[in-house]
Amino acid sequence: MGVLENKFNDNIVVGSLDKFLSWSRSTSPWFFQFGLACCAIEMMATAAARHDLERIGMMPRSSPRQADVMIVAGTVTMKMALRVKKLYEQMANPKYVISMGSCATSGGPYWQHGYHVLKGVDLVVPVDVYVPGCPPRPEALIEGLLKLQQLISDERPLTRKLA
Amino acid sequence: MNHSEIQSLIEEKFPNSLIANENLQGNQLEIDGQFWKDIATFLKNDPKLLFDQLECITGIDTGDDGPLQSRYNLHSMELRHKIEVIISLDRDNPTVESIEQIWRIGDWFERETYDMFGIVYEGHRDLRRILCPDDWEGWPLRKDYELQETYHGIMVPKVKEEEGWE
Amino acid sequence: MGVIQGDQMVLNIGPQHPSTHGVLRLEVMTDGEIVSKITPHLGYLHRCFEKHSENVTYEQVIPYTDRCDYLASMNSNFGYVVAMEELMDIKVCERVEYVRVIMAELNRIASHLLGVGAYGLDVGAFTPFVHMLRDRERILDIFEYTCGARLLYNYMWVGGVSHDLPKDFKKICFKFLDYFEPKIDEYNQLLTYNKIFVERTADVGVLPADVAISYGVSGTNLRASGVKWDVRKEEPYSIYDRFNFDIPIGEAKFGTLGDCFDRYWVRILEMKESIKIVRQALKEIPEGDIFETMPKKIRPPKGSIYRRTESPRGDLGYYIESDGSPVPTRVKMRSPAFTALSCLDEISQGWMMSDVLCILGSLDIVLGEIDR
Repeated sequence: MGVLENKFNDNIVVGSLDKFLSWSRSTSPWFFQFGLACCAIEMMATAAARHDLERIGMMPRSSPRQADVMIVAGTVTMKMALRVKKLYEQMANPKYVISMGSCATSGGPYWQHGYHVLKGVDLVVPVDVYVPGCPPRPEALIEGLLKLQQLISDERPLTRKLA
Repeated sequence: MNHSEIQSLIEEKFPNSLIANENLQGNQLEIDGQFWKDIATFLKNDPKLLFDQLECITGIDTGDDGPLQSRYNLHSMELRHKIEVIISLDRDNPTVESIEQIWRIGDWFERETYDMFGIVYEGHRDLRRILCPDDWEGWPLRKDYELQETYHGIMVPKVKEEEGWE
Repeated sequence: MGVIQGDQMVLNIGPQHPSTHGVLRLEVMTDGEIVSKITPHLGYLHRCFEKHSENVTYEQVIPYTDRCDYLASMNSNFGYVVAMEELMDIKVCERVEYVRVIMAELNRIASHLLGVGAYGLDVGAFTPFVHMLRDRERILDIFEYTCGARLLYNYMWVGGVSHDLPKDFKKICFKFLDYFEPKIDEYNQLLTYNKIFVERTADVGVLPADVAISYGVSGTNLRASGVKWDVRKEEPYSIYDRFNFDIPIGEAKFGTLGDCFDRYWVRILEMKESIKIVRQALKEIPEGDIFETMPKKIRPPKGSIYRRTESPRGDLGYYIESDGSPVPTRVKMRSPAFTALSCLDEISQGWMMSDVLCILGSLDIVLGEIDR
């Protein structure tokens, strides 16, 4: 493909199927609004008028079966941990998880004496991007989402990996 | 009505129910647990008292060998007076009568105190845990509570004890 | 209603559901449309606030109180600090009192904006939600200018506040109030006089006054049922007795007294009253040093206290017991949303499924406070 690039006019784009697939996946990830606690308010504020999330392609969906990204925003408790796993399993592949806030990353301010707090959502679901903060500013969440977009567009889903 | 008048009204109607305690302050009263339901009905219905609002039920663990306590804050919307009732319970078998039929908010407040301290409210129609999951072990807010290692396979403390985290 | 009755089934709403205002699970016994019994299941956000407060010092409890009612964290701090100052018998200086009242009332406006906006969203109106969030962002800008944080401030400390007001705070705040006051008429046009909204909320979920008092409901929900009860007037704390403001109560504007519309309408009127209080406070605020009455060490005398203050959700009470050491023995937060949620079963019997969500939204609950 290096041979064919830049050989044509500007209105002809050459690329591999892999790259197009990753590019289209990364620019419209629909997120599953899984707001649990205070970080949910900042997630809503990020999706509202001032820091608009739809301009980077993210639309809130209420059902896990229609979403690509699950933003775990807030503290996950032991009672809720089993449900988080179930909801993650209901999402269709390819799926990604963003852990927003310090409670979802590692238990947050409740790590020491919180008997009922799950010390990090990565004990139950695999996480792709961690966004620290208590609560993280909307700008920080947008940076996390852009990193996720970078991660998705670097994937090559159709290339068979060498063993 | 001020505190001493309320106290004398209760003393008159239910002799030997009040327990004298020099650590009481403000508008606190300590009573014997076996009279609680009758006193509660009296407090709500008597026209001079009319305590129609149960503000809060707090459970307290007084320390190593001390009793558990169940404290009730009551308030009257019409007559604008307040009172706090303390009932001390034996640590090994903490039971007291339930007043959820008298003040309907007692239902959830008593379930919460049961969940956190293990105080059993007799006569409560549906006494089960409200905040912790139903299969949680132990009474979390007691001073001698020990954390369980795992819950459904998920590790509960931050790191395992052997690693010496402090 | 109830012409064709089917078999009863148990339907589960939540814990993940966009309109349960957090993680709440409702177990609804219904025949498909008409509800006969609701059992709320809580505890999905139980973060052990009371256990933490027995292991950290008195000052370190304040950030934890922020996170309980995260929509009105100034008011949660305020309640704790007022209770502590009564226990320790501290009188703060005048400037601190005025600063606290201004911050608490601005936060009350912000909390009501989100509560009413989310209620519109539950009922199906998306536009008022974005309008209200836009105006709430301006209040959060003012808070960020003062203390650096947008949502969880850790602002009110025992004996004072953490940061003094910036130099041009008065100008900025008056500018915001002049911008915001006509916006309330805009919200009225969007929601209050909107026929669809009125049809969905009037006469639905009536809460009679005696049931409300027995269930411990307080604050806006109680005032909407016709009871004139506000802790700021009945058991005044701080300097609320110096200000001139009304207590709006429900007046059965479009339906029965104590229905969902009344609860919504009282919140709109309360925002107007808060604007009045902030204007009066800004005019009278004196100069001073905010750190002069702050104690160096916080060691309250042995004893206990129960004190309640008015948060946007109702009577927020703190029961604090101390034994003379720097670490509390027991801190219990009596949350107003806990009591409001407990009466859900009683007031939603016989209504349809979509009305249940409407009633839940009108109670304005925050799960962080219920589960602590």
